[in-house]
Amino acid sequence: MSDLSENAKRSITEKGLPICEETKTKLPLYISMRELPLRFQFGVAKVQKFFEGLKEGKIYMTQCKKCGQKFFPPQADCPKCLESSMDWIPLNGEGELLTCTVIFVKPSTYTHYKDYVVGIAKMNEGVRVLAWLKIDDPAKIKPNMKVRLTTTKREPEGFITYEFIPL
Amino acid sequence: MSELRDVAIVGAGHSKFGNRFDLRIDELAWESVREALKDANLQAKDMDFFVVGCAGGWSAESLPAAICSEYCGTLPKGSMRVEAACATGSAALAVGYNFIASGHSELVLVLGVEKMFESPTPVQIELIGRAGNYFWEFENFGMTFPGYYAMHATGYMWKYGLKEEDLAEIAVKSHYYASMNPKAQFRQKITVDAAMQSRYVAWPLKLFDCCPLTDGSAALILASEDVAKKITDTPVWISGIGVSTGTINLSKRDMFSKLEYSGLESATEAAKQAYKRTGVDFDTAAKQFDVACVHDCFTIAELMAYEDLGLCKRGEAPKLVREKQTYNGGLIPVNIDGGLKAKGHPIGATGCSMFYSLTKQLRQEYGKYASPEAQATIRKGRALAHNIGGTGHYAYVTTLSLEKPHT
Repeated sequence: MSDLSENAKRSITEKGLPICEETKTKLPLYISMRELPLRFQFGVAKVQKFFEGLKEGKIYMTQCKKCGQKFFPPQADCPKCLESSMDWIPLNGEGELLTCTVIFVKPSTYTHYKDYVVGIAKMNEGVRVLAWLKIDDPAKIKPNMKVRLTTTKREPEGFITYEFIPL
Repeated sequence: MSELRDVAIVGAGHSKFGNRFDLRIDELAWESVREALKDANLQAKDMDFFVVGCAGGWSAESLPAAICSEYCGTLPKGSMRVEAACATGSAALAVGYNFIASGHSELVLVLGVEKMFESPTPVQIELIGRAGNYFWEFENFGMTFPGYYAMHATGYMWKYGLKEEDLAEIAVKSHYYASMNPKAQFRQKITVDAAMQSRYVAWPLKLFDCCPLTDGSAALILASEDVAKKITDTPVWISGIGVSTGTINLSKRDMFSKLEYSGLESATEAAKQAYKRTGVDFDTAAKQFDVACVHDCFTIAELMAYEDLGLCKRGEAPKLVREKQTYNGGLIPVNIDGGLKAKGHPIGATGCSMFYSLTKQLRQEYGKYASPEAQATIRKGRALAHNIGGTGHYAYVTTLSLEKPHT
């Protein structure tokens, strides 16, 4: 985006208009002067226990007290029972890798991380979890390998999240 | 459903797909709307309603239905914007269909339009990656759209021993047919070697397994039976629509832990609904359609579609590929317009683009438009469109027919 605004500034100085040549096609592009920064915020009051748990090294699922359905990601409401009475149960952490990918081409907000492995594992409790798999060499990944789900600090930001490690 | 009126496609238009740095979204819409109006020999003022499919996010205009209505000359007729991620075009067709089937309208203009290159490429990649569960799967884990389908590819490989070369073969087919399509984004043929040598985007998917980012539009004019008869001798009837929604969290997909691999369950559900309305048997579907367009945003997606649509049994899609059964002249020709993979994938326009290709195929005009080699032989008079939003989050399966559904 900064490239665009630099180009636009230069064009305004030279020609009085924010119109630049597109690099490949040389077609005239009008560059918007209105850059919009977007950062979202989420209400997490109903699943606050999950985030409290992360601080204690626990990763919670929820289970409907009435019908017994298990939820991961944890949710506070059961759409089947129309009830909002949940047991919060920490996962014991043991799981089996069902699939994975290695992300080489990253979203623009992820370019400061090294290439990362994202996997889905089935946990002993029956729920499935998606998270990064911390592994030095993706070639070591084996179908259905055992993994452990654990809390971790994501650097360089330093916030707590969760990840898989090979068992 | 017999109380619903029959609805036909009586006009179709398609813009050039690609990096359209030469125009804005309303001008891009007009490119296909103009062709559709000329095709039906109608004027914009004849339309009773305008459905605009546009996923948006990367483009500036927040009210695509209003800006396209003004530019295309349909004012003051009603309009709405429809969104179902990459299945937006099929969702727009379903809305237009229902406006006519219900008796509300006689003529409806359906447009799919997407101007992705109003934003830089990294921003587009970011926004498409957010098309899953943002909070639980993107915020901390940075999933990308290739990443989501790569997970399905890995799941498939671990279950059935699919080879990366099989996926490359699908890309080769797409480029082969796109080379004949005058409006396709990529018009050069490729080889398996070239595809295999391209760099990984999201293992096991490589650059040549992925569709491009695309600007484009496609438009259709839908008419009631009475009106359709006055406009054309070859109305293409909408004979069945099936719609299903899949889990937003990829982690909740049963397919990843079932003993039997189950593909995109929403796609199969949508197919079964559409086939039932069309009178087609799921297990013999491949023999009941002359031609199909399936949602190949990635090569693995086309492979999964063969099975999800019942064109072959579970685990047999790689065999179909190796035997070239989805080339024209095979068991069932699939994506012989180049598919999303090589024709291009302007998110909201893709479904309408499929209907454009299939309408031309059923009217036997596609050979003249592209190449005689890409004209399917029309025997049953039926065509199949499989259009998936997100990673099976929205599944739309639509059948088209030369025979009027309620005779």
